Amino acid sequence: MNLALRANWQQGDFRLNIDAILPINGITALFGRSGCGKSSLLKLIAGLTKVPDARVYFQQQCWQERRHFVPLAQRRIGLMFQQPGLLPHLSVQQNLLYGFQRAAPAQRRLQPELVQDLLDLHPLFKQAVSTLSGGQQQRLALGRALLASPQLLLLDEPFAALDNQSKAEILPFIRELVQHTGIPMLFVSHDTREVEKLADQLVLMADGQLEQQFSMQQALAQPDSPLFVDADAASVFFGVSGSADAFGRVPVYSNVATTDCQLWLGHCNFATGTELRLRILAKDVSLALTPISDISIQNQLPATIQAILPHRGNLLVHLTLADGQLLLSEITPYAAAQLRLTVGMQLTTLIKALALS
Amino acid sequence: MTALSAADWQAIGLTLRLALLTTLILLIVATPLAWWLSHTPPQQSRHHWLRSAVQALVALPLVLPPTVLGFYLLLLLGPQGVIGSTLQSLGFQHLAFSFSGILIASVLYSLPFAVQPLQQAFQQLGRQPVEVAASLGAGPVDRFITVIFPLCRGGFIVAATLSFAHTLGEFGVILMLGGSIPGQTKVLSILIYDHAEAMNYQAAQQLSLLLLLFSFVVLFLVYGLQRQLNRSDR
Repeated sequence: MNLALRANWQQGDFRLNIDAILPINGITALFGRSGCGKSSLLKLIAGLTKVPDARVYFQQQCWQERRHFVPLAQRRIGLMFQQPGLLPHLSVQQNLLYGFQRAAPAQRRLQPELVQDLLDLHPLFKQAVSTLSGGQQQRLALGRALLASPQLLLLDEPFAALDNQSKAEILPFIRELVQHTGIPMLFVSHDTREVEKLADQLVLMADGQLEQQFSMQQALAQPDSPLFVDADAASVFFGVSGSADAFGRVPVYSNVATTDCQLWLGHCNFATGTELRLRILAKDVSLALTPISDISIQNQLPATIQAILPHRGNLLVHLTLADGQLLLSEITPYAAAQLRLTVGMQLTTLIKALALS
Repeated sequence: MTALSAADWQAIGLTLRLALLTTLILLIVATPLAWWLSHTPPQQSRHHWLRSAVQALVALPLVLPPTVLGFYLLLLLGPQGVIGSTLQSLGFQHLAFSFSGILIASVLYSLPFAVQPLQQAFQQLGRQPVEVAASLGAGPVDRFITVIFPLCRGGFIVAATLSFAHTLGEFGVILMLGGSIPGQTKVLSILIYDHAEAMNYQAAQQLSLLLLLFSFVVLFLVYGLQRQLNRSDR
């Protein structure tokens, strides 16, 4: 699926200048600093602002071109903002069904029961909207948007106002919902962790322009990845959880299915078979020339060095695991010199189980 | 207190009819106007001055002497005026000294009392609830009925009451444009003036007290109701 966008729009000092076709399969993150025009772009797509002389196509549907302008109510877009935007004069249930009741029966793709179950909304029905917590409100808003059976979900920093607890509550739902429903999602964020946890691909924006489009793996492999500008370098391990052993450890098998590529997690509550993304900070990855037996670190994976690049006074070592996934390790130049690291070298990576999330 | 005369009752009926119709028309006119004034998309700065001009026009009746408004309306709607003469050439009556004339005058005169509470309510509402409803497939009328009206009902109640009460108290504009024709333009305020002019103080006193009490009760109920609404919203 894709969005074709063209706009050249001056507002005061700010200029939105875009001419691109964005592929939007799965979850796409629109990433950039505050003020770079992410929200303006979202408003253009949603038709919340009538940008003069702009052109917006979703698949084959023309949403805006010359005089033709489809109002938001007819675009079938699910919107979520930083504020959940629940209607305070309606009950939880009325809020949830507001869009469902307005969708043509033939276009309804999801049933309320399913969404209620997926988002665990049943316990909220007896409460008044104003008494829900921030995370609960966002869950309800998400369910409401989904039940309108949108063709596209647009989220503008939907988790920015949530505390970490509420965020952890809602993030797993989002991936599951997108996979389950197949509705493409474009979300605006400047939170690196969020992007790494959720996105399948990444669109970078700066100064009102679209800079680059990457898959997640490509974005992480960039030596000067924009994801690491404000946050520590990290890589993402894509895997599936197995069942816990006698000690409560949970194994995570690589998605790409290679037997000797498996990480152990400390105690956690994932159901067996859950698709996981483990964000591994480069600082938490140590390197050894040979496997080490008498050490508390349980995750020892063989890897090959692809590149060694300077990174803020240290070195960022790009490694590929046996299954081909990228792993980053940040070490001091001294350590690199001691180990005599070179590109192509085989070595062992050490990752503490507790460093994984 | 003596019983009210037939002329008194006629004036009361006329006043209520004028106030009700004015309120009804004002709600229909002021709602879209207040919406337009309260929701300036910031990027449409070319409308910036237009909006300021409209806002100033709406507020004019607050500062102008009613006689000025009445005078211009008389010029405009009378037999020599642009609107009055056009109407006559089309085979209608001109509008000076008629009920329709003072109805138009009342609508203009009470416009700020309808627009301002609504504008404030719409500003407080913000864009988000409406945008969310739109994204959920609600069209403009649907959004008005299911989102804007219930969330701004306090503003609508205040706008309606103030329009109604302010029309009851109208005098100068009607005197200029409408004169004092029984059953057509002789509303309570004019009748009280006529009674007083004729040294008929007892009749004037009776009607004045009636108007005073009625206005107080209406305002009292509205502000009480508004407080109640505010409390239940919290």
